[in-house]
Amino acid sequence: MTTIAIPPGMPQYGDVPSYDVAAVRADFPILDRTVNGHPLVYLDSANTSHKPRQVLDVLREHYEWRNANVSRSVHTLGTEATEAYEGARAKVAAFINAPSPDEVVFTKNSTEAINIVAYAFSNASLRPDADPRFRLGPGDEVVISEMEHHSNIVPWQLLCERTGATLRWFPVTDHGRLDESGLTDLVNERTKIVSLVHMSNILGTVNATSRITQRVREVGALLLLDCSQSVPHMPMDVVDYDADFIVFTGHKMCAPSGIGVLWGRTELLAAMPPVLGGGSMIETVAMSGSTFAPPPTRFEAGTPPIAEAVALGAAVDYLSGVGMRAIQWHEKQLTAYALDALATVPELRIFGPNVPVGRGGTISFALGDIHPHDVGQVLDSLGVQVRVGHHCARPVCTRFGVPATTRASFYLYTTTEEIDALVAGLEQVRKVFA
Amino acid sequence: MQVDQLYQEIILDHYKHPHGRGLRDADDPAASVAEAHHVNPTCGDEVTVRVATDGAVLHDVSYDGFGCSISQASASVLHELLAGRPAAEAFAVHAAFVELMSGRGEVTPDEEVLGDGVAFAGVARYPARVKCALLPWMAFKDAAARAGVDTSPTEVQG
Repeated sequence: MTTIAIPPGMPQYGDVPSYDVAAVRADFPILDRTVNGHPLVYLDSANTSHKPRQVLDVLREHYEWRNANVSRSVHTLGTEATEAYEGARAKVAAFINAPSPDEVVFTKNSTEAINIVAYAFSNASLRPDADPRFRLGPGDEVVISEMEHHSNIVPWQLLCERTGATLRWFPVTDHGRLDESGLTDLVNERTKIVSLVHMSNILGTVNATSRITQRVREVGALLLLDCSQSVPHMPMDVVDYDADFIVFTGHKMCAPSGIGVLWGRTELLAAMPPVLGGGSMIETVAMSGSTFAPPPTRFEAGTPPIAEAVALGAAVDYLSGVGMRAIQWHEKQLTAYALDALATVPELRIFGPNVPVGRGGTISFALGDIHPHDVGQVLDSLGVQVRVGHHCARPVCTRFGVPATTRASFYLYTTTEEIDALVAGLEQVRKVFA
Repeated sequence: MQVDQLYQEIILDHYKHPHGRGLRDADDPAASVAEAHHVNPTCGDEVTVRVATDGAVLHDVSYDGFGCSISQASASVLHELLAGRPAAEAFAVHAAFVELMSGRGEVTPDEEVLGDGVAFAGVARYPARVKCALLPWMAFKDAAARAGVDTSPTEVQG
């Protein structure tokens, strides 16, 4: 075998950031359990991730030590809880390089975050004095793509129904890439917002956004990136990406469920009318009418998920401690390994890019004509947890002519041995349904 | 292996060699014919069940669809058990199958009534798959009602 050496002075393979995967796994108590008599092989992190002890400890400590409501108490517990909550906001802001913590709105999840933007458009469209960038009507256009999660399709369909605007979308190529060939027609002077997935939850595709961003700027539209699948897995810099909004969710990045993030540029959040009305989001309330708090609290009506937000801050600390660049490299190596390994399984067809470039560690596939539910059930009997179904991305299934797919997805704790267990399990599936 | 309980040979056999598959026209032009199309939104499984009846006897129960082994085998068993049966008997079988699937594995099926349907006893232990097994049976119930059959179950007459 010939070894090709990388010339001295160039970046070497050994230079990539790395970490001790076994040590990371030891932080996740659930990885020690068995399923159906087999060691757990969890390949469903795109669905939800596991939580390290460091995050669970913070969650418990919050309730055991500083439990109180936020932003309304003068007492010590209330002050400490508020500091923890706002501290988490600052941590999240730093994690995505947001210029200010005030640009981070805590939500329930990505879905709620997208809906806040969609309903801000809706509410602005009813008010003649609203910022024209958020006013929609017949003739205006909203652009999404065929590879969106339902959470980035349905809110815009509903918005267009309410306002009379037109919904348009980027198609997907046979290789599972975004088809940008119609970019200049699709994104035009009638476009008010482009809402695009950064990394597809079903195809694994990571979309290159710079051409689209450039076109969005040319026509004066807004850009929202659904980063639910990217922020947990790679470094994110909202300034570098030049987006207007991004959304992501805590439970896919080692934090509890019930906490998500809407990031928006300060001046855009300030121009948006409120969506949910209630406590905390007001400036002053009179029986004759109310005025509203500035962002981010304008969009955080009611008691927020306080402990969950604090735990998200702990998750951000944990991920930063391991290193997002290192996590990205680890998953890139796993993805390359998995694509090669899955290629050895007869009759296996991958939906999405089949090279580990411009894609993340989420791989959807079909195994002959065996239904994904049957694939998933046999794998489960071997302890291998994969997701089966349409992954809330039914248009992608339709695009590739299948009712459902089987999906394996990786994270910082995933090992190549787990991918081997998947491949061995798929052989078992083939035997049962031979 | 635990999964064997779920994938009984009988189920795999019905899946690989389905009985009575394909939507058929009624032999008797005077028969009342109706169908129902049901979808499992979580997995995309689909089945269409067509009932041809004179109101008292189900002359034919035909079906078509696609989906997992459980849903498609269940449709095959549905056809085998119900086609040609008096409506009252058919609905007694229907009730017994629904009871079996709702029993979380605690119900002992009566082979006299359910025939190959007893193979689905193991499926009842997998809550995520119960909907798959019931999909054709629920479509059948709607189709029969549309065809004008009284769908209230009677005593088991197995």
